[in-house]
Amino acid sequence: MKIPILRLKDVLLTSIQVDLTDQDALDFQADVLRVVSETEAQGIVIDITALDVVDSFMARALNDTARMVQMLGAEVVLCGMQPMVALALTEMGRELTGVETALNLDRGLEKLNQLIRERDDSDE
Amino acid sequence: MNEVMVALKEEFDIVTARGAGREMARQLGFGSADQTRLATAISELARNALQYAREGMCLISDESDARRSRIEVVVEDHGPGIPDLEKAMEYGFSTGGGLGAGLPGAKRLAHEFEIESEPGRTRVTIGMNRVRV
Repeated sequence: MKIPILRLKDVLLTSIQVDLTDQDALDFQADVLRVVSETEAQGIVIDITALDVVDSFMARALNDTARMVQMLGAEVVLCGMQPMVALALTEMGRELTGVETALNLDRGLEKLNQLIRERDDSDE
Repeated sequence: MNEVMVALKEEFDIVTARGAGREMARQLGFGSADQTRLATAISELARNALQYAREGMCLISDESDARRSRIEVVVEDHGPGIPDLEKAMEYGFSTGGGLGAGLPGAKRLAHEFEIESEPGRTRVTIGMNRVRV
């Protein structure tokens, strides 16, 4: 199950549209890192609107992916988490820590661009 | 009485099992929060069975009566068993390189949770109830 990662100027955009197996999630993680590195993208928005279950494994995979991307020097925003997914994750005691999130794709892109601007400003 | 059996042999079976649980919950009139709780709990339990026992089975049954809607899910495997159940129910404890969130996570999400384990057999039963109005 290959998840397309689109390039939009300096940033990347990807949307998980199907229910992923654990291996799919790890493949996706590796793919994101590879594309971020190859395209020298400033950041990536990961849209998870279509995920109706995020269990502890998926939560960790998303968390790790975000941290790895940050380690490469790019920014990450996770967007579109379904309300019931947030509810179940919190009740389970799982959190997404250290990951910027946004309500939807629009706000996700806005937030990503803001993160990139803030980083560039502080570099000067 | 409606029931669905999903054999857990490979990763995709986790997806199938949680999908079947959600679907039954939806059909029985459970709200989207409970549908998601149930699907997520099944996902954790099915993964545990695969991870520790290589295979297992997941039985999802409609146990509704006149008073309430009820779904019972049994996830069973014939793996090594859990030596220290009390420890395994602690959040963050894992012997399998996982997160240690599986069992305690499922327990927090389900309305009812029961576990029995001995060498050669681990059986987790969770229940979700909804009072009919």
